[in-house]
Amino acid sequence: MDTLVLLTMTGLGLGALYFLIASGLSLIFGLMDVLNFAHGALLSVGAYACWWAASGHLPGAGPHGAGFVLAVAFGVVTGTLAAVALEVGVVRPLYARPREQVLANVGVGLAVPALLSGIWGSDARTFPVPDALSGTVTLLGARVPANRILLIGCALAVLVGLRVLLGRTRAGLVVRAGVQDRAMVSALGIDVRRAFTLVFALGGALAALGGALGGVYFGEVDPGQGTSLLIYAFVVVVVGGMSSVTGAAAACVAVGLLQQFANYFTTAGLGDLAVVVLLAVVLLVRPRGLMGRLT
Amino acid sequence: MNAAGNAHPRPLLAARDLRVRIGGRHILHDVHLDVAPHGVTALLGRNGAGKTTTVRAILGLVPRTGSILLDGQDVSGLRTHVLVRRGIGYAPEDRGVFTALTVAENLRLAERPGSRPPDYALVHDLFPELRQRAGQPAGTLSGGQQQMVAIARTLLADNRLVIVDEPTKGLAPKIVTEVAEALERAARAVPVLMVEQNLAVVRRLATTCAVLVDGRTAYAGEAAPLLADPRATRRLLGVASGSTRGGQDPPGARASAAESPDTREAQS
Ligand SMILES: Nc1ncnc2c1ncn2[C@@H]1O[C@H](COP(=O)(O)OP(=O)(O)OP(=O)(O)O)[C@@H](O)[C@H]1O
Ligand SMILES: [Mg+2]
Repeated sequence: MDTLVLLTMTGLGLGALYFLIASGLSLIFGLMDVLNFAHGALLSVGAYACWWAASGHLPGAGPHGAGFVLAVAFGVVTGTLAAVALEVGVVRPLYARPREQVLANVGVGLAVPALLSGIWGSDARTFPVPDALSGTVTLLGARVPANRILLIGCALAVLVGLRVLLGRTRAGLVVRAGVQDRAMVSALGIDVRRAFTLVFALGGALAALGGALGGVYFGEVDPGQGTSLLIYAFVVVVVGGMSSVTGAAAACVAVGLLQQFANYFTTAGLGDLAVVVLLAVVLLVRPRGLMGRLT
Repeated sequence: MNAAGNAHPRPLLAARDLRVRIGGRHILHDVHLDVAPHGVTALLGRNGAGKTTTVRAILGLVPRTGSILLDGQDVSGLRTHVLVRRGIGYAPEDRGVFTALTVAENLRLAERPGSRPPDYALVHDLFPELRQRAGQPAGTLSGGQQQMVAIARTLLADNRLVIVDEPTKGLAPKIVTEVAEALERAARAVPVLMVEQNLAVVRRLATTCAVLVDGRTAYAGEAAPLLADPRATRRLLGVASGSTRGGQDPPGARASAAESPDTREAQS
């Protein structure tokens, strides 16, 4: 029983991490038809910025308490700015040339980790974990690491926040309309490019938050982390139905749990393979994913 | 109807030397189009003549050369949403309704925050159904209801020009009448550029018209004389005037306006 609870919470924690990456990815794909291969780079930027700030380089920030919250905020802001720079500097100029756009995004996705290892080395750096998050919490008799709870809570808050944003605000309405027909949105007098930038900024912020929380979860940060997480996020987005935030959330839970349980009850590593099998099965049974549209 | 077509006031919208090339093919050669500052201007032509492309070119939805003047101002360089915000409402040929959104959400997108409040009174007066169906996903509406959403979106904001592309296409005669009536009422307040193949509707609404043949303007002027001349309409539109829809009806059905159910409904 203890093991089941722990495995479930770890799987959900991992799924929560995937969700922070995948939600932005699916919004960007849904609205702009851009598969953002540089999304992992945004995560790494957020993770390193948070690590850098928490290691005492940013006045006021630190590894504990309010200082750590400030460090996370710094990581999120940095990731957001990086995402806006990516959209304005790379994605937008190449909008009419999808192939070059993919190549440029892949290039950024490769260059950023290279840059990070150039500056801070390719080895993993220990991530400062606040005392409050390094302990365990007793849940149904099992001792569950507190960082899992934090991750799950953050992902739930993000899910609710995104649904409110998409469902209740004008900006969200524009995004949902743009997913179906961008040209018609501009023919109604709305600058759809502002929605592009908004969605990229949001995706960057969430990825950076994922980077910071991923640092807490793994206890370390390395230049390749973003890229390896991105692969699972892509699986999640495809399984969830490409442009559905709710679908992505459901797929994150499925992928995270499947991976943990399969890794535990079979040979380690088989869980990662099981995720790919899940992807294949979903694509065969429901080619459009679990959910078809942006909800 | 409106007598403004007699004088020669400055056109509300003027397209000059409009050319469009898509994939190396010339679709529009040099289209000239004047939209009268009052009433309905009809844009006519056979299937594939370039009517929809002309409208899309005016709005900047396809790459084009030539100039577009709105109220005498050159607006050729403006991006679509900026031009539209100068006061243009657009209901495209396929209606452009967001099927996954509700009726109310579709309408809300046509609101222009920062300018005068949206005129829901007018819209609900013209299309009472839309109020009852506010929460329904637009994709589950009938074709006629979707057309009402599309037209309603053009009337909500404070527009100085409304462009509708084949508003009666594919609709049952009764709905054609409803849509025509709504446009007629709307046109009293705002000038309308209407692409239309149903000549009964054109006759009822339009004061001015332009005819495209193979991507060129072949006629521009008052609508009535053209529609009264069966030889001219046959030459330019491929139908004798009085027919309802080019190329679809058997020859017998084209003979007279009075025999067509569409026409009778539309004129009643
Ligand atoms: N995106 C495009 N790519 C290639 N050809 C196009 C494109 N858009 C329009 N055309 C061609 O341009 C010509 C004019 O098309 P357009 O839709 O403007 O005609 P239309 O007068 O609106 O016809 P209809 O009455 O059938 O709606 C057609 O021959 C069409 O095939
Ligand atoms: Mg057309």
